[in-house]
Amino acid sequence: MFLRLTWLEIQKIAIRPRSYIGFIAITLVIFLIQLAMWIDGTSYIGFLTQNIEQTFLFEGKVLNGNLICFIILQTLIIQIPLLIALVTGDLISGEAATGTIRLLLTRPVNRTSIVLSKFFAGSLYTLLMLIWLGILALFLSLVVFGPGDLIVLKTDELIILQSGDVLWRFLTALALAYLALTLVGALSMMLSCFSENSIGPIIITMAIIILFTIVGTMEVPVFDKVKPFLFTTHMIVWRNLFESPLPMEQIRTSIYALLGHIVVFMGISIVYFNKKDILS
Amino acid sequence: MKQAIAHGSGDQIISVRNLSKSYGSFKAVDQLNLDVFYGDVFGFLGPNGAGKSTTIRMLLSLIKPSEGSIKIFGQDLNQHRNTILGKIGCIVEKPDFYKYLSAEKNLHYFAALSGFSASKSKIYEMLELVGLKGREKDKIKGYSHGMKQRLGIAQTLIHNPDLIVLDEPTTGLDPQGIIDIRNLILHLQRDLNKTVFLSSHILSEIELIASRMVIINKGREIVQGEVGTLLNSEELIVSFDFLSLSNARSCLEESPWFQYFIEQKDDKLIFHLSEFQISELNNYFCEHKVGVKAIESKRKLEDYFLKLTSN
Repeated sequence: MFLRLTWLEIQKIAIRPRSYIGFIAITLVIFLIQLAMWIDGTSYIGFLTQNIEQTFLFEGKVLNGNLICFIILQTLIIQIPLLIALVTGDLISGEAATGTIRLLLTRPVNRTSIVLSKFFAGSLYTLLMLIWLGILALFLSLVVFGPGDLIVLKTDELIILQSGDVLWRFLTALALAYLALTLVGALSMMLSCFSENSIGPIIITMAIIILFTIVGTMEVPVFDKVKPFLFTTHMIVWRNLFESPLPMEQIRTSIYALLGHIVVFMGISIVYFNKKDILS
Repeated sequence: MKQAIAHGSGDQIISVRNLSKSYGSFKAVDQLNLDVFYGDVFGFLGPNGAGKSTTIRMLLSLIKPSEGSIKIFGQDLNQHRNTILGKIGCIVEKPDFYKYLSAEKNLHYFAALSGFSASKSKIYEMLELVGLKGREKDKIKGYSHGMKQRLGIAQTLIHNPDLIVLDEPTTGLDPQGIIDIRNLILHLQRDLNKTVFLSSHILSEIELIASRMVIINKGREIVQGEVGTLLNSEELIVSFDFLSLSNARSCLEESPWFQYFIEQKDDKLIFHLSEFQISELNNYFCEHKVGVKAIESKRKLEDYFLKLTSN
């Protein structure tokens, strides 16, 4: 029954027009970035490397598919949580808002299964979106711009990754990004359980992510102690994949933190939803 | 086997004991007892805010009771929720469906949730039964309220439940739709041995089709029993239409029946009578050669309901 329920949820997501907003937005943004880089990428790279060009001499094709993919990921990974929450934040509250939750919960299916099936359907949606992102950002960029070494420019260091050493990093980074976005899905679903309108959980999810990101990125000593406890700190763990050597301890901690948050958010969702009186 | 225990067997399909639901200090339902028997069309009546919807939601496990027990099909709802709900079809208040899905897809979805794989022919049969033939592929966002109500009925029946809970099933329907639903409920009870738990504000409908009923007010049971028994114990408002009104009046004023006379309205005389007194008064007029053209009793349940709930 659980698999059937999950399949039905997937079908519901698939048939809704709003589910395709994310895919369209990602496609447009990626095409836009790729077009801009195709037309004026050299100037852009020149601007990025102007401070270090006096110290380093770059040989070979700096503007390549790997770099374009990295730029796209840096740009899009902040917006994708909104696109995910747009669907997952509506999975339960949307049913309450439209009244279908009454029919749904009078069927012989336990509430835990309903929450979990929605979560898994939402997670599959997230996975598909990331796969789509990966196809366009990585493979299309490689086709259009060709392969090459990846230059990762950080505030205090310059990392050059060999072309042959990049693909696995991108794939692993996408897997970690998937974990981070699943957390966003779990958070918005938890908020969705508390709400009876569609838009509330989506906005609150984004507000929390923005707030935590601001706190996490501000270089103020008073925030330093809370930063490790903010899930947004761990959501950008994928970036660590482009360091050399890899900060394995940090990556491991972030993975545990992300998984822990998912379990807690889903646990709260299940407990609350099981006790909830349906008054809508 | 079901036939044997159905209809008039005396076995309870719903047994509610001391059911209460509180929101803070407010008691929406207060120590309610209900007994619905197999084969009943059970009328569930009460004014707005009486606790009907809260009770129905507790029966369908949408709301957790504060106190009391609910047994359906002889099983405790808390412990056997899924087994019980699998044998119930229901509409709770207004039927809401997935607007972006067609009627056919919605029925398929809700049947699947009940563990029932509905064939296309079964879905089409249900849609035809409720008068939605030809609209199977239309998305719900294009449906009127009445059409959704009809689809709601189809949804309650798609998985062939034993107990059907209908909360205001005729709201938004046109007169023909109301008659169709009434006939459908009677068909379900008489021909298919279904038990119907029916909440409605249209008292004439309840009076026509319910075998038993309960009236609740302020969360409490006021009266419960066989509709016929409950209503027969009450006096009726009866109007007599005569061939000659003046003869009737003079005959009446000299008789003991005058104490039951209420008023003259148009060309009719209105009386307050019990059911058996109607024929006695008619006989009295006949014996005194006063021709009676027509006798009409006002809807009984409406008066009964208002009398019980007005305080």
